[in-house]
Amino acid sequence: MYDIANIRNQFPILNETVYGKPLVYLDNGATTQKPQCVLDVINDIYMHKNANIHRGVHHLSNVCTDLFEQARKTVARHINALSDAEVIFTRGTTEAINLLAFSFGETYCRKDDEIVITTMEHHANIVPWQMLCERKGMKLRVAEIFDNGELNTEHLYSLLNERTKLVCVAHISNVMGTVNPVKQIISKAHSYGIPVLVDAAQSMPHKTIDVQDLDCDFMAFSGHKMYAPNGSGALYGKAKWLNEMVPYHGGGEMIDKVTFEKTTYNQLPFKFEAGTPDYISAVGLGRAIDFMEEIGMAAIEEHEDEIVKYTINQLGGIPGIRFIGEAKEHSSAVSFLLGNVHPYDTGMILDKMGIAVRTGHHCAQPLMDRFGISGTVRASFGVYTTKEDIDALVKGVDRVRMMMS
Amino acid sequence: MTNEQQFIHNYTTMTINEIQDEIVEEFSDYSDWMDKYSYLIEIGNDMPPYPEEHRVPQNVIEGCQSTVWIYASLTDENKIHFEADADAIIVKGIVGLLIRVLDNQTPDEILDTDLYFIDKIGLKENLTPTRSNGLLAMIKQMKLYAMAFKTKIGDKQ
Repeated sequence: MYDIANIRNQFPILNETVYGKPLVYLDNGATTQKPQCVLDVINDIYMHKNANIHRGVHHLSNVCTDLFEQARKTVARHINALSDAEVIFTRGTTEAINLLAFSFGETYCRKDDEIVITTMEHHANIVPWQMLCERKGMKLRVAEIFDNGELNTEHLYSLLNERTKLVCVAHISNVMGTVNPVKQIISKAHSYGIPVLVDAAQSMPHKTIDVQDLDCDFMAFSGHKMYAPNGSGALYGKAKWLNEMVPYHGGGEMIDKVTFEKTTYNQLPFKFEAGTPDYISAVGLGRAIDFMEEIGMAAIEEHEDEIVKYTINQLGGIPGIRFIGEAKEHSSAVSFLLGNVHPYDTGMILDKMGIAVRTGHHCAQPLMDRFGISGTVRASFGVYTTKEDIDALVKGVDRVRMMMS
Repeated sequence: MTNEQQFIHNYTTMTINEIQDEIVEEFSDYSDWMDKYSYLIEIGNDMPPYPEEHRVPQNVIEGCQSTVWIYASLTDENKIHFEADADAIIVKGIVGLLIRVLDNQTPDEILDTDLYFIDKIGLKENLTPTRSNGLLAMIKQMKLYAMAFKTKIGDKQ
């Protein structure tokens, strides 16, 4: 049985009140709250273990190095990477994609090459590619979506050609919760010899991701969206690519030998981890993964899918509700508009009722343009989301409707 | 008092601080946030229509999740007449309050004023620069208009 009371008890922040009302936290797509075990591990390191990693001769440095490398092993095991060396720690998805756009771009891309993305990408999976295209004189091709928020895969496939260098696609849309058929996309792209990046920022908290089963070439995610500390995250990449790619940042730790004439680089993954990494957040990420696995990834997915269905069902009963994104495969978030009410009005009123949602364009302005809207109200879910949270949201939205009519 | 009467009333008699005190008095009836928001919605709905010719990019206030337009013109008495609109109704209510306070005042009065009513009616949290409704940006823009018209009047005299 999914013991939601026990899960909620592990998140101290869920006992907070805002404006004197119990917190109803439905902004998990932006960031999740942290369980006590993650908070404890951070505190424990700062109180008893902290020292910089990989370079110390002394005891504490070795302790932290071991913890950091253990966290890398945990990530690698969780996503079923072939080797730990394929996991590069970053500050999150945005940094992971910027790293890839630079290093992949400098290594493999030339003028007139093309990158394929989709209409539903987050700005973090658009702008780095635009910057690469500007730098190299390349072209960004954008796969269309259908009105129900599903990806038009046939259109995406029609964009693939001998100039396509990389396909970059979100696993789950941060706005609509659409789950894209990434395995099928990867298989198709590979038949043309084209590698694929999966932006798993929204899917890692909700699903088991097996990079070998998907056969993705790259995968990026953020720790803070999966119960881990801010400033943690990773880029997974197949070793064959990472070994060939030039480094992103230069500095300490990423070198083999430095002279003023020439520097040679360290092996994977250190080649891509210049400077002192946020090793404490990385350890927190490892602990957060353990926390999720203790609940069970299948159980989490089942619980959250049920919450999505319940939300659509309950909100759907309010007159004037329109959902943005009604894909068959739908997970993690629900976006909606209430009649002609501006999403910001809805969000401001819900806020005063203690309900935290996100409003606006959700860093996906091209998607808003696609639907001809300025923004949506988004409720997004986590392991601790209850049906009572959704009932409070529905009651709140209905209150908004009455105030606005 | 209807909104139109309110505007005429303002034009003829009241100083900025008298209007601010009047607003504070009105809001003192509402202890609950929902009541305050309902009142702001009412104010927003009662605003005079915004002239379409002024719905242009240079009149848009940046930094809002909702789009806000503010336009200012100089009256024959060298006072400033503000017109505004917003696509979110609560934000429109907030800008409506600003207009009620600052409309038909002289540039000097607008530049010198301390808008204490915002704090007193509980909207102060909206004043930090990172707040997405852009209240601070609206006030800044209205004062910039006052500054520009003050210079213009000075040049004529």
